[in-house]
Parts: sequence; structure tokens; C-alpha cells
Amino acid sequence: MVTNETAGRHVAGGPRITRRRLLAYAAATPTLSVVVKLADAVVGPGGAPPAGAQVAGIVDFTDALTLAAAPTQHLLVVEVTAENRVVARLPRAEVGQGITTAVAQIVADEIGARLEDTDVVLEDARPELLWNQLTGGSNTVHALYTPLRVAAAGARARLITAAARRWGVSASGLVTADTTVTGPGGRSATFGELSAAAASVTVPAVPAVPKDPSQHTLIGQPTTRIDARDIVTGKARYTQDLPIPDALTCVVARPPTLGGTVRSVDDRAARAVPGVVDVVRIPTGVAVVAETFDQALAGRDALVVDWNPGPAAHLSDADVRSRLRGAVLPYLPAPGMRVVEHAFDFAFVPHAPMEVLNCVADVRSDRAELWLSAKSPIVTAQTVALTVGLPVDRVTVHVVRGGGSFGRRLFFDPAPEAALVSKAVGRPVRLLWTRNDDMRHGRLRPASHHRARATLLLGNPIGYEHRMASVTLDGSHGLGELLSAVGLEALGVVGQAMFHLTQHDLYRLGIQTRSLREVDLPFPTGSWRSVFSGQVRTVDEVMVDQIARSMGQDPVAFRRAKLRSARLRAVLDKVATEGQWGRPMEPGTAQGVGLHEEYKSVVAYLVELDARDPSRPRVTGAVAAVDVGRAINPRGLEAQLQGALVDALSVILQAGVHIDGGAIREGSYADFRYARMRDTPPQVEVHVMPPTGEPGGAGELGVPAASAAVANAWARATGTVPTSFPIVDVAP
Amino acid sequence: MPRHTFELNGETVTVDAPDDANLLWVLRDVLGVTGPKYGCGVGVCKACTSHLDGAAFQPCTMTVAECAGRSVTTIEGLADGDRLHPVQQAWIDEDVAQCGYCQPGQIMAAVALLAENPSPTDDDIDQIDNVCRCGTYVRIRKAIHRAAAAM
Repeated sequence: MVTNETAGRHVAGGPRITRRRLLAYAAATPTLSVVVKLADAVVGPGGAPPAGAQVAGIVDFTDALTLAAAPTQHLLVVEVTAENRVVARLPRAEVGQGITTAVAQIVADEIGARLEDTDVVLEDARPELLWNQLTGGSNTVHALYTPLRVAAAGARARLITAAARRWGVSASGLVTADTTVTGPGGRSATFGELSAAAASVTVPAVPAVPKDPSQHTLIGQPTTRIDARDIVTGKARYTQDLPIPDALTCVVARPPTLGGTVRSVDDRAARAVPGVVDVVRIPTGVAVVAETFDQALAGRDALVVDWNPGPAAHLSDADVRSRLRGAVLPYLPAPGMRVVEHAFDFAFVPHAPMEVLNCVADVRSDRAELWLSAKSPIVTAQTVALTVGLPVDRVTVHVVRGGGSFGRRLFFDPAPEAALVSKAVGRPVRLLWTRNDDMRHGRLRPASHHRARATLLLGNPIGYEHRMASVTLDGSHGLGELLSAVGLEALGVVGQAMFHLTQHDLYRLGIQTRSLREVDLPFPTGSWRSVFSGQVRTVDEVMVDQIARSMGQDPVAFRRAKLRSARLRAVLDKVATEGQWGRPMEPGTAQGVGLHEEYKSVVAYLVELDARDPSRPRVTGAVAAVDVGRAINPRGLEAQLQGALVDALSVILQAGVHIDGGAIREGSYADFRYARMRDTPPQVEVHVMPPTGEPGGAGELGVPAASAAVANAWARATGTVPTSFPIVDVAP
Repeated sequence: MPRHTFELNGETVTVDAPDDANLLWVLRDVLGVTGPKYGCGVGVCKACTSHLDGAAFQPCTMTVAECAGRSVTTIEGLADGDRLHPVQQAWIDEDVAQCGYCQPGQIMAAVALLAENPSPTDDDIDQIDNVCRCGTYVRIRKAIHRAAAAM
């Protein structure tokens, strides 16, 4: 316990940003800067934004997201300040996937700035952006690559025009580089010196057209994160690190079962804990507000709460599994055919980002201001507005860098909680979910059951069917509305739409069908890095190995013969060569491969697994090859594929959660067995294929293929087809 | 109210707090030192890893009274002014971080390991138990080897 007395010397942890400075920065006035809008850059001021693709052009989920973002791309802003900073205002969330670095590279390259003179600021919620402020589907770079370059090219053209006028020379001879415009006779001026004049240029004297890729100097270069130094010095600020004056701390007593409710509370002892300021009933539990988190936690411990059971209290793992299995119809016999058939179960998996869910809220009678890592900040603002009874234009949501997400921060559960508590106590509130809260109150990758069957005639596959049953995926963070906005409501609920837009045939296996049956069970679910693909591709790729095996063929040779696309064949060949596919290995150890195509990108993994002690399998090496069309930052791309492998080996081999009577058993990383250093390979090679076109997505791309490769390596090392994931199911 | 004096990042600090005040919250809420991150509060995730008299420890499992008269170093106290510690530099050179949230703790764990064992093997590095949910382990490992070589 601790009190609010703070005698003793204050030790500053880096520069203390006051709230006023934060706000001033977020609302930096652009009077001396160039603000280029996409519409201006393309068709001149007042023109219409470029027409987006047609609904009929949607072939996958990436197209749906990109099309939904298209109508508001002209609202993107690239600024050049008098202080010689190039500032891109990014309506997305940075949660470790590296988009701020990629965006800085794109903008700096196009405008001709040094990377270190370029800032990427996460935009506050801007409701006018509609569907263009949702961070998901690994879509950021794919959707923003062209709009950002067009905006930056417009800024460059205006800077050049301003310099030409100042020097009285032809604009066509001027160039930008190193945040400077240079011209004949050694003339030069920094962007900062030109920004005011450039702001008044309405029609540039040179074309505002993005560079040809052959002229790129930053795009495509392996680049270290722009915030690397801030991170390693502890200066990088996450939501709870922001100094918000007068803020109280808050934790919430939550029910023992998912979705349980308060029957009665005795808060007398809690209120008597030194430092506790208030106890507030909210829909999700009982909030304890105190001067410090130490006191809030002690106050929470002192609460006596009687809880009503939640809606899943009658359900445990066996019930969930049996409901899912019951939702998948068995296959009819196929007389005269040979079949390869397997059934698979996947456990629930929590997102468990390192930074637990949390939010800072300051709600007053006429306005609300929130700080959190939000991947759908517009819906967050709308929800908070409804929750506290304010018009949405009185709610400000600041998007703060996030400590991981993996899909979790599409939902913003702590925001309405913090808003309600702040409204009740009349002061800013820093609300924190403890690790146990975060682990035990969802959300979860839905548990699923799969039954897959290949039918072979005369030794050749003539059909492949994959039936999946999943606990219903919750997409109520705006995804359903987004899909409706692009004309896809016909696909029904979010899960069905996601499933059919993301799952495609990679191989020629005859007539193929994939179906999803969603089972409505009252568990809090959410998209988990790669959504359905993590399970679907694992099943499909395990099946491909087993089909090949039944035909007496090598898994890689069989894939080469059956793959539909040359891009996929190229990445498979790359990992087979670099990973020395087929090299002799010890009994109990083996290689495995897996492929995936999504987000306009393709990837292959080859992993080596040591399962000599089947209770402690370890991936001992991995090689990946990736073709994302055009890698903006190969170094960041490599990082995403390395991390995706760790996700994959965790959820395939050892990490999931158990359900006991509507409650999640695991409470921290002690029993949710996400991989540690000792579980991971010392070497992970990533080969980035040469550029072939426009950039696709990468953040989620690796998980399905790596999961499949690990599962296949297990099957080959142990001679047993894995049918339940995680394979090593340790009951804590 | 008991008064506790200890050394924090090279400076002597005094806080008035109950003996059982949790050091992580004293650092973060009272002293404004936010480099050590909350990740679990029970010493498992190790995101708050710092040094107590030069050895790695988790402030979330320590009371302020236990630190009296001792020396606490957080990530903020690792660099020498603008000159980064070789481990911090190795972290940048290997571009280790993704979300970055666990990295102050990872770096402090690596510094403590290298202090005890200047040229750790892969097996030695495997003993680091800090969670990285982004899965940056392969780069952490390379950065530790790089720092070991540089030191």
C-alpha cells in the first residue's frame, strides 16, 4: 500500500509532457505548413476524389477493406512545418506491426525528406473518415501506399513551385532530397523555409505525380523502427505512461464467470482502505477508484461482492467441443473412392497482449476525452458518446501507441468503463485491467472444430471438402457496418463474410468446398491475428500432407504439382532450397512446410521440429519466403514473419486456454503457455522475394503458414497426425 | 507514514509510503518512472524487470521497505546521458522491438545476464524467462550475442 503523499525527490523519467502540450501537439495548427489532400493532388482543388473500385471487383477481404477506405482517402494529411518536419497524420493504430516506420519511409521517399525529419502521428478519431480508420486485415500499407504517395508528391510539387518562384527559375530543374529543395547555381532551401510560401501554391508548376519505383531511395530499404531509440531508453509512452494531471487510478472487480453480473456489493471495507476515493458500480463489475493503483487493488481485494453467474456458466470445454462437433455433419460414404479424412479441434486462444487493456478517460458535463490504443477509434467514440450521454462531436479519442494487439484492440472494452467511472467521480481516471482481468474476461480466438475430407479416384484427388464449426466471431467493432458499406451485406453476418472472403483454394484438388457453421455460444470472441485462416490453413495444409502421403508422394513435390499460382510455387521452392528440404534428420525430428495466400501476399515456411520428447517439442529452425508484391521495409517484414512463427508454434504446440463452468481457467503467462525464449529456434531465416507489383499486407500473413508447417513437422516427426490444438495440452 | 530512502538511477530518493507499498507502483505512480511496465503484477511476465544492487529483479514483487538503502536501476538509468549502454545499442542495431512494451525489461534482463556471464551461449540465453508477446526472441538472442561481442 502507498499513500498519495509524494515527499522525496522527484525523478523524471524523460521529459514530462504536460497535458496542455499533448493537446497542442495533437492540434498543431498548420498555418505555416502544406496540407495536401488527395483530391487536390489528383484533380486539383475542389475536385472529386478518384473513383474507387467497383463492388464487383472485390475478390477478397483486402479488397473490401481497401474499397471501404477509398471514399475518404482524400482526407489524408501530409504536412510540412516551418520547423522543417514532414508530418504524416496516420488514421491507424501502431501496435508493433511497424506501420509508422513504413509510412514514414513512403512519405519521406516521395517528398524527398530525410527519414529522421519525418514524423508519423496517430490521428485522433475522425468520424468523417468513416471506414478509413480501422486497423485490421493487415490492410494499412496496401490501402495507403498510393494515397500517401499522391499526397506527398503534391506537397513536393508545391515546395518546388515555391522555390522556383523565390529564385525566379524554372521549376522543372529543381529537385528535392534531404528535406531540401535544390536548384541551379547551388541554390537550396529547406522545406521549413519554403513551407509558408508553398502553402499558398494552388496549382503547382510541376506534375504532382508519384515517383517511379526505380527512383525510390527509402521504399524497399531495410529500415530500423523510427521509434527504436525511444523504446530502448524507456521513453516510448503507452497509455498508462501519459502524465494526466489529477488522474485517479481505477481497477474493476470482475465476475468469476464470463459475463457475470453483480447481485450485491458490500463496499464498506473497500471504502475504508487508505487512498480509496470511490466505489462505482458499472455494467461489467465494481470499479474501485483510488489515488494509486496499489490502493485501488487493495480496495478491490476488500470488496465483498455476490455475483450472478454469467451466461456461459453451464459450459465447460467438453460441452463446447461437443456443441461444435455436433454442428459439423459427418460425410456420406463415398463408395468406390479412397478418402483421406481427419477431424480437428482448436482450443480458445486469448490475445494476451503484453500491455493489458486500459484506458484513460476524462469525462466532464459537456465533453469527454479518452486516451487508449484503439484500432477502431471512431466506433469507440460513438460508443462512449452513447454510454455517457454526450453528442459524438464532444468526444475526443486520442489513439496512443499500443503494447501489442493481435486483433484485441479492435475492441475497446475499457473505454466505456473508464468513461462511466470518470463521469461518476468527476475527475480523470486511469483504468487498468489486471493481467488476470485481461486473461479471464476475454476476448478469445473462437474455439473450432473441423472435418476435412479428400476424395481420390484412381489415386488422384477429385474433391476436397472442409467443414468448420466455430463459436460465433464477434465483429461488432464496426466490421459489419463496413462490409455493408461496400455492398457485402448479402454475405450475412460478419463471420460468414470474413470466412468466404479469406478462404481460397491454393491447390488443384478437384471440386472444393469450404463451409463455416457458426455456433452461438455466449463467449466473448474477437478476430485473432489472421482470424479464421490460422485454423483453416492449418487443417488444409495438414490434409495436403496426408493426401500426398496416401499417394506415396513427397509433400513438397506434391504441392509443386498442385499449386495454382506461380507466386506460391516460387516461395515454396525458395524455402525448400534454403531449408534443405529432405535432408537426413534424427528419428523424432522432422521438417514440415506450410503455405498461405492472403492480403495480396504469399508466404511459405519450412520448419524443423524436435519431438524426441513429445511432451516438450521444440521448433529448432525455420526458413520463410515471402512475396508481398513490394516490401516497403524488408526489415520490418522479416520481424513480422519471425513473430508470426512464435505465435504459430505457441498455439499449435502448447498455448491455449480451458473453460470451466463459463470461466477461463488460465490467469497469466504462468499457465497460458505462450512461448518463451527457450521454446523458440535460435535461427529464423526470412527471404523476401523481389518486388512484383503493389504492396500487399504482412502483419497477419505468417501465422497460418507457420502454424501449418509446425503441425506438419509434428506429424512427420512423430508419425501421428495432430488433431487437437494445442498438441501438448497441459492442464494447469 | 514510514519514510523510505533508496538510490534510484544514481540519485537518492525518499518516499513516504507504507512499508508494504509495491515498488512498481511507487516507481510509476509516485516517482513518475514509467520505463518499468506493468504486465502481470506477480513476477511472471517480467516486463518490469529492473536491477536491485545490479541484479535483475521484478519491482512488482518487491515492497518499498525491502528496497530501503539499496540501489534500484530502471531502464531510464541504463544509458550514460546520451551514450547508450551497449545492450541498448545492440537492440537498435538488431531492430529488436516490435510493440516495445516488454523491451525495457528484456534489456535489463540481458544486461544482468551479461554482467554475470560475458559470453553467454544460446543455452544460457534460453534461461531468460521474460515474455515477448510479439515473438522478438530471435532478434533478442542476436542482440545479446552482438552486445557480448561489443563489450
